[in-house]
Amino acid sequence: MESSSEKSSKIGYVLKTVEERKVNFIQLWFSDILGTPKSFQITPAELENALQDGMTFDGSAIDGFSRIQESDVIALPDPTTFTLMPSDPSVASVFCDIYNLDLTPFEGCPRNTLRRALDRAHKLGYTFFAAPEIEYFYFDTHIKDGPVPLDNGSYFELTVANLPSQIRKKTVLALEDMGIPVEYSQHEDAPSQHEIDLRYTDALSMADNVMTARVIIKEIAAAHGILASFMPKPISGVQGSGMHTHFSLFKGNSNAFYDEEDPYQLSEVARRFIAGVLHNAPAMTAITNQWVNSYKRLVVGYEAPTYVSWAQNNRSALVRVPKPKSNNPDSTRFEYRAIDPGVNPYLGFAAILGAGLDGIENGYELPSEVQENLYKLSPEEVEKYGILSLPGNLDEAVKEMERSTLMREILGEHVFEWFIRNKRDEWSGYKTHVSQFEIDRYLERL
Amino acid sequence: MEPLILYPEKAPFHVAKALEEFGYPFTPISLIARVSSLEPSEGWSGAIVCADQSLEDAFFVCRHLRTKERQITPLLLVIERSMLDKLELREDLFDDFVTLPLDTKEFHVRLQRLFFRTGRGLVQEVIEYGPLKINLETYQATVASRALDLTYMEYQLLTFLASHPGRVFDRETLLSRVWGYEYYGGARTVDVHVRRLRAKLGEQHESMIETVRSVGYRFGRHQR
Repeated sequence: MESSSEKSSKIGYVLKTVEERKVNFIQLWFSDILGTPKSFQITPAELENALQDGMTFDGSAIDGFSRIQESDVIALPDPTTFTLMPSDPSVASVFCDIYNLDLTPFEGCPRNTLRRALDRAHKLGYTFFAAPEIEYFYFDTHIKDGPVPLDNGSYFELTVANLPSQIRKKTVLALEDMGIPVEYSQHEDAPSQHEIDLRYTDALSMADNVMTARVIIKEIAAAHGILASFMPKPISGVQGSGMHTHFSLFKGNSNAFYDEEDPYQLSEVARRFIAGVLHNAPAMTAITNQWVNSYKRLVVGYEAPTYVSWAQNNRSALVRVPKPKSNNPDSTRFEYRAIDPGVNPYLGFAAILGAGLDGIENGYELPSEVQENLYKLSPEEVEKYGILSLPGNLDEAVKEMERSTLMREILGEHVFEWFIRNKRDEWSGYKTHVSQFEIDRYLERL
Repeated sequence: MEPLILYPEKAPFHVAKALEEFGYPFTPISLIARVSSLEPSEGWSGAIVCADQSLEDAFFVCRHLRTKERQITPLLLVIERSMLDKLELREDLFDDFVTLPLDTKEFHVRLQRLFFRTGRGLVQEVIEYGPLKINLETYQATVASRALDLTYMEYQLLTFLASHPGRVFDRETLLSRVWGYEYYGGARTVDVHVRRLRAKLGEQHESMIETVRSVGYRFGRHQR
């Protein structure tokens, strides 16, 4: 338990900073089950109370927060996440954990879900790190006729000194100011597609960082009259937006994934962990790729995975294990390539960690690497390799997830049940919708 | 450092010996009058009052030291373990206590803590190191008068490092001293925070936090 002097020091830090830096408003941030950022604003006068006892609010309007008997919940700020907003330093933000009125952690709070998964890893002596590569598009704000890209640049393109690239630069600086270090940022493959890679940190801070980054990316774009979108596949025929994330596991000072002796330099822990991730991949795809549209990205031919496999260097693999730099064993990691930027990062990271720990605890064997370009294989060949497919649409994904006791356990009953229900609704809405594709194809012809 | 008062002159042997070992200068005094006549111009650094011979005398001395015009703090009481219940309602007379038989390690830690938190003239409100200034009262840090936007943990790490310039800390130590054990990050988190701190200190000042290869980090050795 946290000591009371520690708590009062954290609270003191926030109160004094608000006073010294003349902050007028403090936004209390939290996430709903789908990863939509939610916030309400308080003034410095209410802050001390909020930090001590939390703020009670009616959760019934928040997706996934409503319960039958009691709708009030408490948002308790986590003072270590307190930060000034770069766009307006008179405004500060702080992430909250949601509690029930009896001060037990609220089951519907995704941050609590991730904390629970991290606690489990902690008990085994592990700490879990994540480094996501967030891809997104900049579009014209007039979206009535569909998304209109703002440039025709491509991967790593340097010549386009246009507005979107400048906005991206501004965004990177703003993130750095908020204590979210950026490793790379670049123009991505598709027109108007950009990428911001965050430098690794522990998974809880990183999930907060992803939430913040998405807000900041959108805000700065909006301030310039531009729409930033994390929709996984906004334009057919070009690459979609993924959120490839690099994960590593540390035990004390050393990378638990590293083994000098192994030909891949992967420890047994790494092999089991990755095996667990692969084994559970179909069941957690509904979480890492939670929208109808997510599955339009997970198709053959656009550098997105469709099959469950791993490799050191294969863009069609679900899991890639980059060769660690020879002088830096700590860089040993794996990259999960299915996850997209529409994910709820708390739930996504919790699912991947839980899947990996399942692999360690149950001693799963890592299948052999598949170096072939999976996009070129016929279904017969895929079967010959014994390679599983990722779910092809949200419906399949939800069915896979529903069968998984592990996912139920990781998410907890409340989140699991609500998530399944919500995604079934989304699917049935989609299923009954007659699309432009059908109109164009069938209306005259049939 | 100015000397401490050690009361009485015939203080328990281990107490005097420990003070010598830790390197605290002290002046043994039995007569209250000498507290004033021997007082260094900068004032006493504090007092160790031993109550092993007479508890009442010790309380009397404490009260006197407390009510002097130039109050003497910190005040550490050395007391027999069996007398602990006699401390009830006497909290105003001393800042902390240790028990006899003396645990020298505990004695040392308590002294350090007292001097860090309440030490007269050592009350640290501001840590300054070259262009870096940390105001412990307001939790604000500046480098070359530029305010640093630090998160709470960045602030704690910088403050800890800057309070111990020149000392090398390994990651585990920093983690346990700055973050506490409950944290999810693990030792690698220290690297993440150091990198961020350096970035915020800016290119010109980032060398304040030095990486000591295969050990950890050291603050200082920066041209002041």
